[in-house]
Amino acid sequence: MPNLKELSAKKVRLTGGHRMCAGCGAPMVVNWVLKALKDEQKAVISNATGCLEVSTCLYPYTAWKDSWVHTAFENAAATGSGVEAAYRAMKRKGTLKDDYKFIAFGGDGGTYDIGLQSLSGAMERGHDLLYVCYDNGAYMNTGIQRSSATPMGADTTTSPAGKVKPGKQQYRKDLAEIMVSHHIPYVAQTVPVIPGTPYMFDLCNKAEKAFSIEGPKFMNVLTPCPRGWRIDTATELEVIKAAVDTCFWPLYEVENGVYKINYIPKEKKPITEWLKPQGRFKHLFKPENEHIIKMIQEEVDRRWEKLLYLAKVK
Amino acid sequence: MAKRVSLSGNEAVAFGMKQINPDVVAAFPITPSTEVPQYFSQFVANGQVDTEFVPVESEHSAMSACLGAAAAGGRVMTATASAGLALMWEMLYVGASMRTPLVLAVTNRALSGPINIHNDHSDTMGARDSGWIQLYSESAQEAYDNLIQAVRIGEHKDVQLPVMVCYDGFITSHAVENLEMLEDADVKNFVGENRIAPYALLGKEPMSMGPLDLPNHYFEHKRLQAEAMKNAKNVILEVAAEYEKLSGRKYSFFEEYKMEDAEAAIVVINSTAGTAKYVVDNLRAQGKKVGLIKIRVFRPFPAEEIAKALKNVKAVAIMDKLDGFSASGGPLFNEVRSAMYGVADGKIVTSYIYGLGGRDVTSVNIEKVYSDLFSAIETGKYEVYNYLGVRE
Repeated sequence: MPNLKELSAKKVRLTGGHRMCAGCGAPMVVNWVLKALKDEQKAVISNATGCLEVSTCLYPYTAWKDSWVHTAFENAAATGSGVEAAYRAMKRKGTLKDDYKFIAFGGDGGTYDIGLQSLSGAMERGHDLLYVCYDNGAYMNTGIQRSSATPMGADTTTSPAGKVKPGKQQYRKDLAEIMVSHHIPYVAQTVPVIPGTPYMFDLCNKAEKAFSIEGPKFMNVLTPCPRGWRIDTATELEVIKAAVDTCFWPLYEVENGVYKINYIPKEKKPITEWLKPQGRFKHLFKPENEHIIKMIQEEVDRRWEKLLYLAKVK
Repeated sequence: MAKRVSLSGNEAVAFGMKQINPDVVAAFPITPSTEVPQYFSQFVANGQVDTEFVPVESEHSAMSACLGAAAAGGRVMTATASAGLALMWEMLYVGASMRTPLVLAVTNRALSGPINIHNDHSDTMGARDSGWIQLYSESAQEAYDNLIQAVRIGEHKDVQLPVMVCYDGFITSHAVENLEMLEDADVKNFVGENRIAPYALLGKEPMSMGPLDLPNHYFEHKRLQAEAMKNAKNVILEVAAEYEKLSGRKYSFFEEYKMEDAEAAIVVINSTAGTAKYVVDNLRAQGKKVGLIKIRVFRPFPAEEIAKALKNVKAVAIMDKLDGFSASGGPLFNEVRSAMYGVADGKIVTSYIYGLGGRDVTSVNIEKVYSDLFSAIETGKYEVYNYLGVRE
């Protein structure tokens, strides 16, 4: 179990001065993941096109202290697997002495959608790579278009809330479960560090565990986007807490096929606590859309029950 | 000592890759290129190479993994054809702009649609402006020789660009030819040891590669990329000279065949040159002054040199094994004709589109081109844009 003092003293690997929006969750997720590395450990990071990529490495500047590569939107996993393959060959030939960790970062667009094939391939091939998806539930970089990670009912620029269609018509894809079906050594779903919660270090613990395992690993991190979610930046961690407490976003991990729920709320909150603070769900609270909230609640309950069953929680 | 062997084009390329022993090969099967990764994965399975073979789930990922591996500092190769190259498209441009040397063996095959597995040049000709160096090969021997030279050309400090080695699907990839292979040690010595590129992800200092490049820098980077392509011209000749010492085989930007006093010439790419040389020999035996130019290097395009080589002809037919759908001739035609402007003016210059989707190109077809040229010289009447061997 890490402590805050030690974590704070660790080297910052994604420096300030990058151009992410105020309140963006992505750099915070990146830094917490990278803090799980030992200071002396070397890493190569592969980054899918997206907010994180365009805002952290604008020629001639880079915010990255580690080696970092971006080639395109849909291929962070494939690019990372190529780096890792070169590393293996060089180590085998003795032309490279140092050890490296390999990490890929992508948003939900680059991971759930356009990059899913590349991710699946890299995971199946067994590269020693930790893929971290910062899931903010839409294509935020291009201006808040829906992705397959966008929650049902959300108002986005390509699933706008109109008179006939009140926002996104589909439930979100369950990517963590798709990764579990790859039977890779480690899959985890988590949230950024939220001080004062029982799961404050959940992300750090999971990243640390992931780095201790050789082979393909996947982490899905619910990441606030104040612009896309239409929330006040000051309240973003409260909104994330609501995602956990309503079981919209359960914290769990699957290690070698064994499920473990890392946090079970004492009292499961109604889904409205997650929906209400976010402007993207505002229209759902009109009387004519009540049935949609009911549907969302039922789906969240169904998925939570399934997870409890898989984790053998009585 | 070189070895005399009988190999198909794909075998020759795969054996060449084995001798080069790259750090990473990431590939995806596609007809008629499939044999290359197939043979190569057997070398990996047998422990005959040190390479990490990455059997990716698509050509897009093949090129992405290759770029990752090259950015890491490794020596990298792959192979593809047709739709596979098309799926790599986005990454071709990225690879060239990242200045990552790597070698891609392309067995030229028609692009869909309709789907067709046979040879034409619509795949690599479409990629002609992606920033890759393109070397074309008449035979398995040339594919092998080009492959080995490609490593040196792309990795040269003044170039640092990816290289495509192109040879005709089935005609060259699957037909077995007699060729000379270099000794393993000679290839190893020629390409040099694989070492981590000095500026690379796994190099001494951490490095960011593939930044966002806005209007205040993008143009300068593209200008540098263009300069690297220009530099490649000298490097290609230097490497060819060194390779000639090793192999006895001479390479340049293009081959001039019986061009000294030729009045009628054709310009052609890849295996059709073999058929065309046969026709040239026959016509020469009849006393006709004919010659041909076979393009080896299409990117960088040796414009000045080609124009010079065509300076004394009366008529030239330029043959494209693809239709550029420009409604004004194929890309080779347009580039050669443009190169001639102001240098070799006043010639009859015609375009022939031929052999699409693997349509056989026989000596009779090539004879017709020469006869058209002579008729044009005699009468002054001719069509600029022609299709050869198609039912209309």
